[in-house]
Amino acid sequence: MFSGFMLNSWAAATMLAIVAGMVGFFVVIRGASFAAHALPLGTFPGAAAAGLAGVNPFWGLVGFALLGVAGISRLGRRQRADVATALTLITLLGVGTLCLSLSGQYAASAYALLFGQLLGVSRAALLPVGGICAGICALVLIFFRPLLLSAISPELAVARGVHAGRVELLFLALLGLATAMALPVVGALLVFSLLVGPPACARALTTRPGVAMALSVVIALVVIWAAIALSYESDWPIGFFVGALAAGAYGLGRAAAMMR
Amino acid sequence: MVGAGALLTPGFFENGPVRAALGVSFCAAMLSAMVGVFTIIRGQSFAGHALADVSSAGGAGAFLFGVNPLFGFLGLAVLGAGVLEMVGVQRARERDLATGVFLGAGLGVTALLLYFDVTMRSTSGAAISVMFGSMFAIPPGMVKLSLGLGAGAMVVMAMIHRPLLLCAAAPELAGVQGVNVRLIGFLHLLMLALAVTLSAMTIGAILSTALLIGPAAAALRLARRPGRAIGLAVVIGVAACWGGVWLAYDSYNWSGGHGWPVSFFIVTIIFTIYLASGLRRDRTMRV
Repeated sequence: MFSGFMLNSWAAATMLAIVAGMVGFFVVIRGASFAAHALPLGTFPGAAAAGLAGVNPFWGLVGFALLGVAGISRLGRRQRADVATALTLITLLGVGTLCLSLSGQYAASAYALLFGQLLGVSRAALLPVGGICAGICALVLIFFRPLLLSAISPELAVARGVHAGRVELLFLALLGLATAMALPVVGALLVFSLLVGPPACARALTTRPGVAMALSVVIALVVIWAAIALSYESDWPIGFFVGALAAGAYGLGRAAAMMR
Repeated sequence: MVGAGALLTPGFFENGPVRAALGVSFCAAMLSAMVGVFTIIRGQSFAGHALADVSSAGGAGAFLFGVNPLFGFLGLAVLGAGVLEMVGVQRARERDLATGVFLGAGLGVTALLLYFDVTMRSTSGAAISVMFGSMFAIPPGMVKLSLGLGAGAMVVMAMIHRPLLLCAAAPELAGVQGVNVRLIGFLHLLMLALAVTLSAMTIGAILSTALLIGPAAAALRLARRPGRAIGLAVVIGVAACWGGVWLAYDSYNWSGGHGWPVSFFIVTIIFTIYLASGLRRDRTMRV
């Protein structure tokens, strides 16, 4: 379980859980579940598009994630947020279907990118993943207060001179970057479980923002480590365990909140 | 008609799979557009998308057990509608959160079932046809079934459209007037599940949101009255589907025998119409 090729996965998954726990905390308090679902799902064909263009798949993912961020914030000016998100998602997926079909590796790569595969991390890919992870952590810590304030009390944030549009864009960009880095490890559909389940559980357990974010990182770490171990032992897809454990964490959190 | 026939690729209407695709996509587009208008007004785009994604577990399960995929998709979509209704949190943020967690769990199950599909039955194409649809591989028997389901759902929609609008616009007023707001909400989710199932069969589970939200969003920008918006959405949806089927069929001729996917053409048409609808509103507002 801890042999050479698995070590890459453990390292990437650990960095991913830290980022998902931090960014996910803001997903939950901003009520941005749909955006957190749409960005990873719309981003996954990016690898196929990069394959067609002959560049590193990682940059394809980053490119599609940024396109998604631009689409959601641009269409969101004239539309309700959920409709804008849905339209961005379908457009990216429509283009993605074509890229997947043209790139010829339709079946195999689509399943891996949608649902993830454990061995999908190469040593060369670890470096950009680590860099992006550090960048996201730094941004979240620097902009912790404006991000928090604009989510909890938009009026107060405006009064304090926080630019609501810029904070929204920053949040979406963080989400997009986290997505691009997490995709190859757990897959598009379950990046989302990791972004929503652990922070939702953490928020039910405590009301203090700093503690909630730290707790959500811890829960995300437990979820992904357990998912890797279970997936390795049973040979079942890692996505299943991430989804089930994240939902379990949310259920426990809500139960605990009701008991209090 | 001779002129139109000459424009189309020879053999377009004589082709069995094409006929099935046109029939099923007609039902899917029509029902999705109708339900979609209410879905947007009620702010339930995420629920619609979640039902579609969760129903893919049913599609994957149907492949595994060799059942008609329509029943697989439908079973899970209806189950999902039931769960969303039970979660039934009133505050929008909490509702989105619960929907999201449920969606994540459902997709995990899809991943597992697809994995079993590949390992036990060695149907490696299952992931693709479940997630992206298989428009030209619809079994002929399915056309009548989906026509029946679509017609039934449209009758229900026609019956509940007034209370549905009232609930969306003014829930308190609807409650005072004796409308069972919860029942109407659940019926809407059920119709959403049906619409999503039919779309999942044609353009795939993750793209069914295109038929649900796209035409309705464009129509709501063009028409102010709900009745007109519904009519317009249906026209846009059906036109996009049929146009997409024709372009995909035609693409075998110019793309070197590979054929571009139907879903790509349908989404492109819908998105173009959506962008164009914005242009028109700009002009009318300036006048």
